[in-house]
Formats: sequence, structure tokens, C-alpha cells
Amino acid sequence: MKTWFLLAAMVFSTVLGDLLQSVEMKRHGEIKEFDPRRLGRVLAALARKKFLILAVALMAVSFFAFMTLLETADLSFAVPASAATLVFETILAKVVLKEEVDSRRWAGACLVAFGVVLLAR
Amino acid sequence: MKASERLGPKTRVFTVVVVLSNALGNFALASGMRNRTTASALDYLAAIFSPWVSLGILLLILWLLARMALLSWADLSYVLPVTSLGYVANALIGRWFLNEQITPSRWAGTLLIVAGTVLVGMGTPRSDRL
Repeated sequence: MKTWFLLAAMVFSTVLGDLLQSVEMKRHGEIKEFDPRRLGRVLAALARKKFLILAVALMAVSFFAFMTLLETADLSFAVPASAATLVFETILAKVVLKEEVDSRRWAGACLVAFGVVLLAR
Repeated sequence: MKASERLGPKTRVFTVVVVLSNALGNFALASGMRNRTTASALDYLAAIFSPWVSLGILLLILWLLARMALLSWADLSYVLPVTSLGYVANALIGRWFLNEQITPSRWAGTLLIVAGTVLVGMGTPRSDRL
């Protein structure tokens, strides 16, 4: 039971974190400045974005959930099971971010979903 | 990016570093966390500063940086499929070094996830077409 709760917490925080990160980085616009001296200013501007701060916090939540999951769960279960994020992220990329998802990617997401179901047995 | 550039020595080295740092980082983290009980923030601090867990965290930081660097010149459609081999490495490490039992359905699940990740990566638009 605890395993499933931790896995759900890890997957949920990764998915939400990636989604917020993608929204905020797109809103910021393409990063074209890679001069180390001016990169600091880009980073400073990014550090003030609320969604991005939240995304980093969610990454931390995800990592601590993973750490805790490893206390009891097998590594050979925990790591592939975390691939469930790919399924939810594909759906949310289509629904929330309005990205184009071609049939090959849908097929890939379905294979991952079946794989996670098999792990759960 | 042309296919000939894709497998230059730099790309090969970074690919190996990405796969190995992820697999070894997970292994170190799992070794350090196994049979621990973290109930408070203090428990987490103690865990983080234990040798295995801190080694795991350092390797996972290396993984993140190496993957970011690799993605700065290599296509995601190369990086995603090739690094999904990490799932296989991970399963072998679990079996050989952590004495985990990998049932046939767990192997099948892991391989399906690798296949799915490869398919998703193949569907990724090439960056030069964006």
C-alpha cells in the first residue's frame, strides 16, 4: 500500500513538475543567450518565475518519494515503474499543451502503459 | 544534425556516461536506502549524508548534467531510445548486486517500457526541422 502511495506521489509530482516547467519555459521564450556572463541574467530572470520555482520544488518531492520508495521496493520495480510518467505526460502534452502527438508516440505510450501494468503483477 | 556527426566520439562518451551514471547512481541510492526507515526530516538528513546515498546523489547530479549537455547537441530521438537501455542495466544491477528476483512478467514489463520509450523517441521531430 505504502509502495503504491509513494509511486503515485513520485509520478504525480514528476508529471506536474514537467508540465509547469514546459509551460513556463515556453512562456519565457527560446533561450538564445549562452554567453556565461549574460547567462547569469537569464538564470536570475528564470528564478523569479512562479511556475518554475514550483516545478523545482516538485522535482525535489519526486526525488524524496523515490528515495523513500527504495527503502522497501526493489530497484528493478521502482525505476521502470517511474516510466508511467511518460504515459501521463503524453496525454497532458496533447490536452493541456496542445502539442501534436503522432500515432507512433501514442503507440509508444501504450506500450509503456502495458509494461507498467506487467510490473505491477 | 547529420547521422555521421551523431556518433562522434564526444557523443559516444557522453552516452556511456549518461547510461552508467544513472544505473550506478540508482544502485548506490538503493543500497543506501534499503531497510532504512525515514520518519522525520532528521532521518532524511542522516540518509542524505550517509556514504552510499550521497554517492548516489552525486552520480545522479552527474547524470543530469551529462544528459543536459548531450541534449544540447544530440537529438532527443537519439538520446531517448539509447538511454532507455538504462532500464535493462538497472534490472541487471537489481538482480546481480541487490539480489532482487526478476519474475518473467517483470522482465516483460521492463522490455515493453524500453520498446515504448524507443517508439516515443522515434516520433520526436528532429531538432533541425523545428
